[in-house]
Amino acid sequence: METLSQVVSMLFGTPLIPAALIGLVWGVIGGAMPGLSASVTMALVLPFTYALDPMSAIVLLASVYIGAEYGGSIPAILIRTPGTNSAAATVIDGFELKKQGRAGEALGISLWSGVVGSLFGLAMLIVFTEPLSRFALAFKPMSYCALGVLGLSIIASLSGGSLLKGLAAALVGMMIATIGIDPLSGVNRFTFDLPDLLGGVKPIMVMIGLFAVAELMRQSGGVDLATQAATSVRIVFPSFPMMKRLAKPQGIGCGVGLVEGLLPGGGGSVAAFFSYNEAKRWSRHPEEFGKGSVEGVAAPEAANNTVASSSLIPLLSFGIPGSNSAAVLLGGLLIHGLIPGPRLFEQNGDVVMGLYVGSFVATLAQIPIGLLILPLCMWLVNRPRHVLAAFVFMLVLSGVYSINGSYLDIAMVMSFGLIGWLMLKNDYPFLPAVLGVVLGPIVESNYRRSLLLSGGEHSIFLEDPIAVGFLITAALFIGFSLYRERRDALARKKEKEVNANA
Amino acid sequence: MKKGTARVAFAALAIAFGGPAFAQQAYPNQSITVIVPYAPGGNTDVVGRLVTEQMSNILGEKMVIENVAGAGGTTGSMRGSRARPDGYTLLVGQMGTHAASVGLYPNLGYDPVNDFEHIGQLSDTPIGILVRKNFPAKDLQSFVAMVKAAPDKFNNGHGGVGSTSHVSCLFFTSLIGARSPMVAYRGSGPAFNDLLSAQYDFLCDQIPHTVEHVKAGGVRMLAVAIPDRSDALPDVPTTIEAGLPQFQASGWNALFAPKGTPRPIVDTLNAALRKALEHPGTKGKLEMIGAIPPRAENRTPEGLRNFVRSEIDKWVPIMKAANIDPPK
Repeated sequence: METLSQVVSMLFGTPLIPAALIGLVWGVIGGAMPGLSASVTMALVLPFTYALDPMSAIVLLASVYIGAEYGGSIPAILIRTPGTNSAAATVIDGFELKKQGRAGEALGISLWSGVVGSLFGLAMLIVFTEPLSRFALAFKPMSYCALGVLGLSIIASLSGGSLLKGLAAALVGMMIATIGIDPLSGVNRFTFDLPDLLGGVKPIMVMIGLFAVAELMRQSGGVDLATQAATSVRIVFPSFPMMKRLAKPQGIGCGVGLVEGLLPGGGGSVAAFFSYNEAKRWSRHPEEFGKGSVEGVAAPEAANNTVASSSLIPLLSFGIPGSNSAAVLLGGLLIHGLIPGPRLFEQNGDVVMGLYVGSFVATLAQIPIGLLILPLCMWLVNRPRHVLAAFVFMLVLSGVYSINGSYLDIAMVMSFGLIGWLMLKNDYPFLPAVLGVVLGPIVESNYRRSLLLSGGEHSIFLEDPIAVGFLITAALFIGFSLYRERRDALARKKEKEVNANA
Repeated sequence: MKKGTARVAFAALAIAFGGPAFAQQAYPNQSITVIVPYAPGGNTDVVGRLVTEQMSNILGEKMVIENVAGAGGTTGSMRGSRARPDGYTLLVGQMGTHAASVGLYPNLGYDPVNDFEHIGQLSDTPIGILVRKNFPAKDLQSFVAMVKAAPDKFNNGHGGVGSTSHVSCLFFTSLIGARSPMVAYRGSGPAFNDLLSAQYDFLCDQIPHTVEHVKAGGVRMLAVAIPDRSDALPDVPTTIEAGLPQFQASGWNALFAPKGTPRPIVDTLNAALRKALEHPGTKGKLEMIGAIPPRAENRTPEGLRNFVRSEIDKWVPIMKAANIDPPK
């Protein structure tokens, strides 16, 4: 009862609701801008939080995070450009749905899944912070390495037709990820004396190049540039039967997002890919994935929004951010004299409470604000295609330039676009390459770190039960994929023989 | 033709009188960009924001932080050194970018002493020696004895090559003549996380983000490497008390302007900085995160220049002796 009256007085006695709403709107806009990641969107408002009281400041930042995780899916669906890293998996089926004239449905599903993911993450944050933070500490470098290997095993199912082409693409991705200063030894790798390359290639550059620029190149080769099928700008919110169908992929997304948010370094993009893959594995309609599956939009969108809340668990309890965005929030806490750690909940219980309430307001407000913004976005992408293509080019390049103010970044995105276009022409799948860029560093650095810890003994991997579990699962995944590939090949061969005999 | 001449004459007059008139406008008359060469949320970022917030109030113009992360802070520092020297682009540098990196990068791209106008130090962040909570040694003396007795046995974590946690532990192990395998992490946050879960044995790090965990018993701090005990952790002895007085180390942050910034502007900024450091609110917030206000002599431009020089003299031989693969 006391808590309830505290909540009510917070809602109406403090600027908590406006902070949540402003944060959310800015987050959705920033998240939807290609190149502006969730963390940069948050960093941009950080200076404005000085003037606010600590509670409003933290609520504002957390709401920006929630909004940005959702906003990233809008360009992913509409223009094949992930607005944030973690929206990359949404591109796969979201853009397919758009091509089928079902953009309104896809946007409605991503909105609904974002709300479900945020609510779940928030519930976990409020109820289980203590036990979950202990779980985060159980992850050792060996566990992270094995988790990355498990992630890479997804390549098989993301490869589309040919496993060999998928592996080749993944290898290219992992090679791109080695560019920059090696964090373990300090040696420069493939930097060609360019200072801008010392910090490495950001995954978002690769994603924007492979997805957006390659698609623009493909479109400009088409003959139907001037024509544009008129599509509705109406957002289709999922019906009850649809919600029931989406519950399973959303559940998978929530579970995966919870675990990834707890682990520093994982972050939303890994969670989104994992949940996409698992949703496909457990779906009744796996054949629809990649061809416009509603479940393929729901799972990653639920996952990345769950991360926005679950990454606050290690942040609040240890002061260790589970994602780049959580790191900005950490800065916000420190500036306001709030020190995260075991005693935050005792000393600043009111601020933590305000954070919960504010996040809840922002989560629910996603629906009305989404419904207001989305028709405008859809109107924009329904302009004549040649105008749209130029607009998207401008949006993408200015977004990329805004990150570091570097021309090299633009050259890189254009090069990745060219590589993507060549891959498209030759039926090489993009997703393994993106996965390689994201997971390569996680696998490599944790593998080497584990060996440093053990003095070079590989047996250290067998001593960590979490690592063993992940590695066995990965082996099963790969074995199953190989078996299926072999079985299909045999079946095709048989079919050919039958046809030849007939 | 006449008209053209008149135009040229007018333009010449405008340049002759307009330029100085503009320059005579009181500094500052527009917002000031402050480059922080690390990602938002880290120690340098937070200290930079805390102090410049107060300086903005004093100067009457907003100081806007721009995070330019990459290459251990050297990318942003290089940009800071090459900005236009008009007082509207400043840089927050620190021990890594302005001392240790000299020993690490053969082609650093800037000279921390000669490519900057030094404004003043922002803060000191003491270094503490931390061990996992179940480590057998309870004090610094027995810890040193154990590490020396068993070379290559006890793992030393750090936040990446060239980071404060890396170079300060190099200093520590070279002082006691011990050898320990180094385990690198990406940033001192992840490194500290693994010390909390006892994945490795010891870490030397700036104390701000460890204070709450030391108090709660998640990790043990054996000593702080400063002359006086830290107000944030009054129970932890200093290295002098603990019998290793040579180990004095702290991370520090300071404000720099590009070479050639006019002296009056440097003086204006320095006065604002000193006033901001005396402000009770700013001072209190710095102390609460475990940072300490800089010594008086380092708050002047000349003092900071000498300090940077002495820090380079201190850290570069340590980096060289450790024989780290330099980034090529």
